[in-house]
Amino acid sequence: MDSSQLLSLSTFGYLFASGAYLAAFLFKSKKAGLAGTIATALTFLGQTAALGLRWYESYQIGAGHAPLTNMYESLVFFSWSIACFYLIIEYKFKNKTLGAFAMPFAFFAMAFASSGWVYQQINPLIPALQSNWLIAHVVTCFIGYAAFAVACGIAVMYLLKSRSPKSSGLLATLPDLKVIDDIIHKSMVYGFLWLSAGIITGAIWDNSAWGTYWSWDPKETWSLITWFFYAAVLHARFTRGWHGTRIAWLAIGGFASVVFTYYGVNYLLSGLHSYGAS
Amino acid sequence: MNKDKNSPWMFFASVKLTLFILFILAAASIIGTVLPQGEGAGAYTQFYMSKLDVSSQTANIMTNITFLLDLDTMYQSWWFRTLLLLLSANLIVCTIERLPDVWRLVVQDNLATDLDRIGNMRNRRHYTSSLTVEESCRQISEALKPLGWQTGQRQRDKATLLFAQKAPWSRLGVYVVHASILVIFIGALIGSIWGEKGGVNIPETLTTDKIYQFGTGSPVDLGFTVKCNWFHMERYPNGTPKTYASELVIIEDGDEVLTQVIDVNDPLKYKGWTFYQSSYQSHEKFIFSVVNNESKNEERFLAPPQKAVRWSDENLLFGIQELIPSSTPGSYKYKLLVADNKGGQNLYMIEDNQQITVKQPDGKLYTFHVKEFFSTGLQVGKDPGVWVVYIGCLLMLIGLTGAFFIFHKRIWILVRQEDDTTRILLAGTTNKNKAAFETEFNNLSDKVADINQIEAQ
Ligand code: HEM
Repeated sequence: MDSSQLLSLSTFGYLFASGAYLAAFLFKSKKAGLAGTIATALTFLGQTAALGLRWYESYQIGAGHAPLTNMYESLVFFSWSIACFYLIIEYKFKNKTLGAFAMPFAFFAMAFASSGWVYQQINPLIPALQSNWLIAHVVTCFIGYAAFAVACGIAVMYLLKSRSPKSSGLLATLPDLKVIDDIIHKSMVYGFLWLSAGIITGAIWDNSAWGTYWSWDPKETWSLITWFFYAAVLHARFTRGWHGTRIAWLAIGGFASVVFTYYGVNYLLSGLHSYGAS
Repeated sequence: MNKDKNSPWMFFASVKLTLFILFILAAASIIGTVLPQGEGAGAYTQFYMSKLDVSSQTANIMTNITFLLDLDTMYQSWWFRTLLLLLSANLIVCTIERLPDVWRLVVQDNLATDLDRIGNMRNRRHYTSSLTVEESCRQISEALKPLGWQTGQRQRDKATLLFAQKAPWSRLGVYVVHASILVIFIGALIGSIWGEKGGVNIPETLTTDKIYQFGTGSPVDLGFTVKCNWFHMERYPNGTPKTYASELVIIEDGDEVLTQVIDVNDPLKYKGWTFYQSSYQSHEKFIFSVVNNESKNEERFLAPPQKAVRWSDENLLFGIQELIPSSTPGSYKYKLLVADNKGGQNLYMIEDNQQITVKQPDGKLYTFHVKEFFSTGLQVGKDPGVWVVYIGCLLMLIGLTGAFFIFHKRIWILVRQEDDTTRILLAGTTNKNKAAFETEFNNLSDKVADINQIEAQ
């Protein structure tokens, strides 16, 4: 079995886990929750092995590099980080209904990666990409993005719970609004730290290859936009006491900015910028 | 200073302004990612016509507005810089306004805390003990020590007050983050004032003592000479470029002071200048290095393909007869033709940047080395502010970690004799993450209860 087969399998692993968590939430089934946790943990381990295998395979074809260098590999790492971050949260807050809102992101990332829209082959690295700063950059960014994704999922959970009348049967299994609010905030704080590190390592990489640490290209600028946005959200909460529904919406808005930084910039803005050549 | 609520000072100290600036910065920055930057008027008119489907008249007006508001170079524009300046002013005033209070909290004498306040803290627990006051204090201090709480002690009225804290300095974390932003701005400013950015192409074996500024194209003296010994490109089997490398030599007053091979992520640094490998140019010519193996006589020649080269000293005639694509896409092998001195011709296959030894009919041996002739494309920069920026980045990460994950925790233990029992009060506070502290406090208070026959009340 090679790494891409193993990674395709992990798509189904996360799909199963998401389904199990959803069942745990909808039917208050402890067994389904346990199945979700086991599926997530096993898939996470399988994915870890697959990443290791892909690293090994890259050396076999003479293009040896860590599996963190293109869209496909970053999506895989993104879903891996989400699973990792989610498992920590589940362990800390001891509530499996969170999985129904967080793990679908891990599944979507893998489903998109395996969809055929994304180039999956291991490609040799052009000179500019052969840098340890690139690895540091991708790792830090995607841990941050994973935290923001989880914050977004949990924010959806918050909105769902806050909209319905008190203690209606189904939503009662969700954690208290206060606890959900706290998880959203902590995830964003965590994401903000890693995003900062991601922008910094990106700047250092840029400087070591081209002699400019900041060049205002659309991708860089969008990462800064996202950063400004979350900085504002943290201040709004910490110094002006915003919380609850407002912060939940901002967590969703912030993640939209993350998705645009990560994906939209490549496919929407590059089109505008290549206009100069046409 | 006028600290009236509506004074300019309080305006600049407010976090509302911060929120406003941060959201505006985020929103405004979008413009430059959608609108191409640094183009000419014609390009913008066309851009508006094709993307927004407006008439050429409207597009012209929009183009005028674009230039009026400097939207074509918006990140360097006066209004964008004003926003950054506002953010800096906001940060500085806010810090001056708040830091003194925070500093007081970091260094204050907590053994002087008002005793009533301790009794009213949210996290608190009362005990009685059969030990004497001194013995209780001693044993509690002993028990707390391994948990990282180092107690101090003072006599207050008729009671003894113990105090211990963790990480008071973490309160400064936020201010380190804020300062780091200013440090980064200062670094960027230094770079934009005293920095220099440009580029230069150096053909192999030649030198330069100037670079050419980006944008203006005007020459800048380096103050020394740079020579390119060679440029080399390596490819993966599928033809993708694998390495671009050049060997550069720094020459000062005719002396070669430094020789270094650079590649894309590994520049050369000398006297504040950094030389980055950024591109290359092929001249469709080839460098031949030929050596007479016996006499060690050596000579270099430059020639395009299919052109005969004569080395008169050795009476040698040669040239590349044909370029043959090699198995790696994008690279070539050469069919090297060498005339012998009896009128015959011999053909040899040789790979780029390889050598081959050829035997002439008279027994003389010559070694040929053939290589495509390139110019190396260097990006050259001087940025005295970059270290300031890096220090700012490091400060930011340290500050964020301090602000987010390290908390200032304080506990007080008040021990007093009342009739013939010893009464103990344990209380604690933290500045953040209250829920986690509550758990820690409960564990701590159980521990205090466990030891020394203390009973909870
Ligand atoms: C891009 C700019 C800024 C960044 C990245 C930043 C970052 C931070 C961070 C990470 C925190 C800690 C928040 C938390 O613990 O949840 C914080 C707190 C704070 N920030 Fe900023 N900040 C920025 C600009 C400003 C400005 C311009 C002001 C001026 C008013 C300001 C005022 C404050 C205040 C008052 C606090 C709370 C401090 C406390 O009482 O502990 N910030 N900031």
